Amino acid sequence: MLTLLFDGVAYGMLLFILSIGLAVTLGLMNFINLAHGAFAMAGGYTTVLLMQHAGLPFLLCVPLAFVFTALLGAVMEATLYRRMYNKPHLDQVLFSIGLTFMAVAGVDYFVGSTQQLVQLPEFLKGRTELWDGALGMGHYRLAIIAVCVVLTLELQLLLVRTRFGSQLRAAVDNQRVAAGLGIDVNKVFLLTFAVGSGLAGLGGALGAEVLGLDPIFPFKFMIYFLIVVAVGGTSGLTGPLLAALLLGIADVAGEYYIPKLGAFIVYSLMIVILLWRPQGLFSRGGK
Amino acid sequence: MNRSALSLSLAAKPRWWEFALWAFLLSLPLLLPTHALLISEITVIALFAMSLDLILGYSGILSLGHAAFFGMGAYSAALFAKHINPDPLLGLAVATSVTALLGAICSLGILRGSDLTRLMVTLGVALILQELANKLDFITGGADGLQGVVMGPVLGQFEFDLMGQTAAWYTLSTTLAVFLLLRQVVVSPFGFSLQAIRDNALRAQAIGIPVYARLIAAYTLAAALAGMAGGLQAQTTGFASLDVFGFDRSADVLLMLVIGGTGWLWGGIVGAVVFKSLHSIISAWTPQYWTFWLGLFLVLLMLVGRARLIRPWTWGRRA
Amino acid sequence: MSADIVLSCEGLVKRFGGITATDKVSLQLLRGARHALIGPNGAGKTTLINLFTGVLPPTAGSIRLLGKDISHLSPHQRVQRGLVRTFQINQLFDGLTPLQTLAMTVSQHLGMGATALRPLGHDPRVAKRCENLLSQFHLLEVMDHPTQQLAYGKRRLLEMAIAMACEPSVLLLDEPVAGVPAGEREELLHTVAALPADVSVLLIEHDMDLVFSFAKSMTVMVNGAVLTEGRPAEMAADARVREVYLGHGGKHG
Repeated sequence: MLTLLFDGVAYGMLLFILSIGLAVTLGLMNFINLAHGAFAMAGGYTTVLLMQHAGLPFLLCVPLAFVFTALLGAVMEATLYRRMYNKPHLDQVLFSIGLTFMAVAGVDYFVGSTQQLVQLPEFLKGRTELWDGALGMGHYRLAIIAVCVVLTLELQLLLVRTRFGSQLRAAVDNQRVAAGLGIDVNKVFLLTFAVGSGLAGLGGALGAEVLGLDPIFPFKFMIYFLIVVAVGGTSGLTGPLLAALLLGIADVAGEYYIPKLGAFIVYSLMIVILLWRPQGLFSRGGK
Repeated sequence: MNRSALSLSLAAKPRWWEFALWAFLLSLPLLLPTHALLISEITVIALFAMSLDLILGYSGILSLGHAAFFGMGAYSAALFAKHINPDPLLGLAVATSVTALLGAICSLGILRGSDLTRLMVTLGVALILQELANKLDFITGGADGLQGVVMGPVLGQFEFDLMGQTAAWYTLSTTLAVFLLLRQVVVSPFGFSLQAIRDNALRAQAIGIPVYARLIAAYTLAAALAGMAGGLQAQTTGFASLDVFGFDRSADVLLMLVIGGTGWLWGGIVGAVVFKSLHSIISAWTPQYWTFWLGLFLVLLMLVGRARLIRPWTWGRRA
Repeated sequence: MSADIVLSCEGLVKRFGGITATDKVSLQLLRGARHALIGPNGAGKTTLINLFTGVLPPTAGSIRLLGKDISHLSPHQRVQRGLVRTFQINQLFDGLTPLQTLAMTVSQHLGMGATALRPLGHDPRVAKRCENLLSQFHLLEVMDHPTQQLAYGKRRLLEMAIAMACEPSVLLLDEPVAGVPAGEREELLHTVAALPADVSVLLIEHDMDLVFSFAKSMTVMVNGAVLTEGRPAEMAADARVREVYLGHGGKHG
């Protein structure tokens, strides 16, 4: 059971890194970006393609995935997303679904539809058993947890200790007033979107081995990201973090104990939570 | 009659072109007898899209899971025909009623919360139903679908023929009946209260409108009509498969309605025709990458502004 | 006499976390009242309105309308009993025309709001009432224009017309002339002054001209609590009231 908990935590941390960009985008720009999963996929494929064709080591490809996806996000924000900020949610939903369709079809065309396999470096393979096997920790999952914890702490520091962080929090709270204070809201949006997409790409790269990677990745996992955001709320890091951990553990436990019911647990739990607290489990009320 | 009375009664009257369009639609099975099955298919989808218009266009509820009701209707109708009675109208009534019940229950989930919450709840319900249909394979046939649904004759007289003539008339007349019903509903006080809720739920409440009660009623009706569409689908094609619950279906119908225009009742019909035509044309060129072109179309449409697409004569009227 | 009290609250308290927005407020509105509620920004006037209308649940205290306790009723139920408000920022239905808006509201209050199979306006009483309201509020010319396209002054008039279409016994007006350009204020002030005598009105306002020309009695609120109440002339002379407004008894914002 401890192993399950461990796996659930690893999955949850990964989901958090994958979803936090979506949460901030929604909280900051009030934009429902269903293409977020496509950015994650972009990170995964960048890693795989760099490893396969350029022969770069895995540990180098992961940060490169972040950089590439962040750049991609920045370009898309400045050219396309920016025009959609004041449009109704329905338009944003359809716009981002359209982008996802294009990304999925594009990847299918250029790379093919088979599952991509990631060759992990040797030291990340393997497993450590504690307490007579009561807790089995895959080394890769351990690494994922470690990386994600570090990233989370960095994000927290960024938000709380840096100037950019306070500008971001101000803009999330009240965009008009923030602009009136001289905060360059456009720049905040651009950087936030870029970092958020970059994190999604990073998550996609890290997660390729654990979650699988194929062109329909966005469709498979978008709902998980949305659950994290809907349940966790968009005002801060703690909400999505707790929601992601809850989701990760529930999913892993559900798969193990009641495999026949699989996805039910997750979807039903989400619906129940949203019925009980429509603003999200942890949010301080909001949109 | 004072000016107000005159204006109100004029607004409620159907326009001449609505009669003309319906006359044209009803004549299609005669004009294009070899395409009867296609006509039938498009009509069913148009009905599905019209039902979505009631909650999206008129009540302002974003749903990514309307296929939950389509699917429920399809499987109910198929199972009823297979195990109890193959009469089409009876089966349709059953499918519609069962789905109405489901809709009433689900409506409780969309009353509160933001757009995102509603998207998630509706999506979640559709996914759960899809999973259920998958797992209860001893009833539903699971991933293989429910096959071999043989229908009896409509009204005891009109057998379903291979050419699809009966199917086309059946679906067209049912859809016309629903259209006439909805036409009454959307110009009624109830219909206007839905639009008020869509535009400003806070004020609607502040003028004495019981917002939750109205939304529950609207959502239940929309679900029932989506179930009717699903039932028609199962009856005219002879089978039901898991994709009736799929996200694809919910997204497609949403897109169709947006193309045709929300909030004027014809959007579902126009959108279904345009969407299906585009699909046929583009799939003929690039069968594999239809989703790419669809995606591109969506992105461009949303960037340009969806209101401008299909109804140039309203450019002056509604913003 | 208690029979003349149409709306009252007793020891009403509203706390948001650590903030007390409404501090043991007790207030009584008499039948036919023209009562003003004034106070500096943040005094809790709009919060009080939200408590009366049921949009906010009270932390403590009770509210009575026409002698009956309504504290547990939902907002739309209170409206159905005759308690109606207007909003400081126009809350209109942009997708409808003024005629449609009023017709729908009138239908709701004639008990036909849930009618789904007859068109709006099939009952001649609806059109008659709409014609009266449109005329009274100078909206006849724009009755078929989409609300979204109306000028601000007309929108403000529509805001009031909607409230009157609800056939209120008690009307809560939240800064009715706020943001209305000087040229259009007269029209609006006239209409407020011409309200039927049997409708009891509670008016929140910053415009002292309006308060003094309209109100027969006043309540002054500061920091969520009632400071004092009485007739306008008394209030104007009260040193505490003048202090609260920093020595200027004049117009705000």
